[in-house]
Amino acid sequence: MAKWDENVLLSVEHLSMRFGGLLAVNDLSFNVGRGDITALIGPNGAGKTTVFNCITGFYKPTEGMITARHDDGKTFLLERMDDFKIPKKAKVARTFQNIRLFGGMTVLENMMVAQHNPLMIASNYTFGGIFGLSGFRNAEKEAIELAKYWMNHAGLTERADDAAADLPYGDQRKLEIARAMCTRPKLLCLDEPAAGLNPRESDELNKLLLFIRENEKTGILLIEHDMNVVMEISDHVVVLDYGEKISDGTPDQVKTDPKVIAAYLGVDDDEIEDVEQEIVKTATTEEGA
Amino acid sequence: MAEQTPNSGTLSPAMLAKDLLVSGILAAAIFTTTLGFKTETAVGGLSLEYHLGLGLSAVAVVVIGRLILWLTLWRKGPGTGGAGEIADGVFNGIVKIFAGRTKQLGIAALIFALVFPFLPFTDRYYIDLATLILTYVMLGWGLNIVVGLAGLLDLGYVAFYAIGAYSYALLAQYFGFSFWLCLPLAGILAAFWGIILGFPVLRLRGDYLAIVTLAFGEIIRVVLLNWYQFTGGPDGLSGIPRPSFFGLEFKRGEGNFADVFGLEYSSIHRIIFLYFLILALALLTNFVTNRLRRLPIGRAWEALREDEIACRSLGLNTTMVKLSAFAIGAMFAGFAGSFFATRQGFISPESFTFIESALILAIVVLGGMGSQVGVVVASIALIGGFEIFREAEQFRMLIFGLAMVVIMVWKPRGLISTRIPSIFLKEKKAVSSDMVAQGEGH
Repeated sequence: MAKWDENVLLSVEHLSMRFGGLLAVNDLSFNVGRGDITALIGPNGAGKTTVFNCITGFYKPTEGMITARHDDGKTFLLERMDDFKIPKKAKVARTFQNIRLFGGMTVLENMMVAQHNPLMIASNYTFGGIFGLSGFRNAEKEAIELAKYWMNHAGLTERADDAAADLPYGDQRKLEIARAMCTRPKLLCLDEPAAGLNPRESDELNKLLLFIRENEKTGILLIEHDMNVVMEISDHVVVLDYGEKISDGTPDQVKTDPKVIAAYLGVDDDEIEDVEQEIVKTATTEEGA
Repeated sequence: MAEQTPNSGTLSPAMLAKDLLVSGILAAAIFTTTLGFKTETAVGGLSLEYHLGLGLSAVAVVVIGRLILWLTLWRKGPGTGGAGEIADGVFNGIVKIFAGRTKQLGIAALIFALVFPFLPFTDRYYIDLATLILTYVMLGWGLNIVVGLAGLLDLGYVAFYAIGAYSYALLAQYFGFSFWLCLPLAGILAAFWGIILGFPVLRLRGDYLAIVTLAFGEIIRVVLLNWYQFTGGPDGLSGIPRPSFFGLEFKRGEGNFADVFGLEYSSIHRIIFLYFLILALALLTNFVTNRLRRLPIGRAWEALREDEIACRSLGLNTTMVKLSAFAIGAMFAGFAGSFFATRQGFISPESFTFIESALILAIVVLGGMGSQVGVVVASIALIGGFEIFREAEQFRMLIFGLAMVVIMVWKPRGLISTRIPSIFLKEKKAVSSDMVAQGEGH
């Protein structure tokens, strides 16, 4: 039994999503382990973002169950929750394929908006805050400290007072992740975080993600096309094709899975066997060398 | 006419002649027909009078004016040292003087506002005008929460103003409540109606939101107009009680304001008192708005304007964020409305037409959405401008419209379009307007 099936942070069971006649996700089940980096990969149109939108409540799945389990034993049925309650209560945060920042607000303000819910309680739903009660002032200081912490780790401290729309693309990606981390999530869902990054930026991103896994015990679920990122940092890879799971395992297992290769390279079904043999051959030659 | 003009430094006489000829023909086409002929009622019908001299002099003004412009400002071609650039230069110069001194500027403006009624040249007319301007400043600041901060285009804001005014008038008429009791009640009732309006429009975006808010404003007015038994319909409500100064009435006789303070009775006392009342209410609006901007709720409004989906992905209940913006914006309109009722002593649905909503929105947009100072400048310019052109009654709307077009072309994002961050780590840097989103319905 794999590690991610023992200590489950998020389990997706029999998830289906239908848009009219199109079955975008078909009976998909997989687990995300606590403290793992799990990658969801697949060719274009495989249904990865649909799965993400189901998990984060932007779509209501046609069928299936999505359960988040916190380490204190609380469980949340995500498919039944409003989208905004998922980050608030179930502590599942997300980023977007096309970056969604508050462009006209500064980096620091972006991080403060992410801490809206705790600050709202600290300000007694605005009534305490308007009179400047000390409880709110202390909470705000703490919030700034958390923002500073994440700006520091995302390398954004220098740009704290600049508008988010003013940042270069790579920094915007990192800001979106840092902002999501300010909600103190248990699970962070990243939709193509490395898209459009140059190799240096993509390296920095890997470091940030590994830092999050090591120090925050936050599980990460990511969609990614950049195989370097996937293979380098993920502990667990789930492969989708046409809305169905075709492979599930460690990066090494998935890399050699003939079905995955077929899906990516487009091999006919009857040729899979040949490909399989070839892989075995290369593997042995590599071992021999 | 940029196509006709060479961009090089020199201007050939042929080009100049052509340009002047074209503008002369255009001017002649417009002015000889509009100014050159005039219909007069004569015995047995209309007769036509000819004012060709007037038309021709208008053409001459255009041609000579253009010639002077060519020889002076447009020497190096149009767009170099044009009116826009001069205006930009002057405007940026003014902004530069005050940049970084907003606090001093604010204090100076406040002191001026406080001593204004006692200045030697101030008479009743000026105080009345200042009171009117301050009412619009307050309404502009209130609407700024909804439109400028939360980015929700509200075309029916005057409805809440009406609700505030009628709340006070009706509570005073039916229950005999005093102004000071009704002021908070009017605010609360308007906020309540803000939430009522908020619910149906939560799902709407863009133009649809604007249309529904517009309809809401009309519904309120039409209800007030037709519910004759309760609101008096088109007759309005009169005899609305005047406010008292801590229980002291502004009347002749013993135990009233003038008597207690040992002053000779004068009707100006109440005018001055009303001025200070609206000044205090407007300052309260500004204070609360500025405070809210630095609180999580205010940041949530601005975040909503920037990106609603990102808000939801961070756990913000956007329903509550929108409703709170509508409610608080409406509350200030309610305060302003009850002030309006007590100042006028008479209200009718006539005062709450769509043009009022449009005027308040124009103040917010012209000032620069989200800018508190911008609202003040725009209110003074629009309401004060209206008064200056009171003589030219026929052309007032024309001038108003033309001024709006010119300003919006010159400064499309309003006079003060930069956004000041609500919090900063090291240095407060203004955010340029092209990065700030405009929200729904723009």
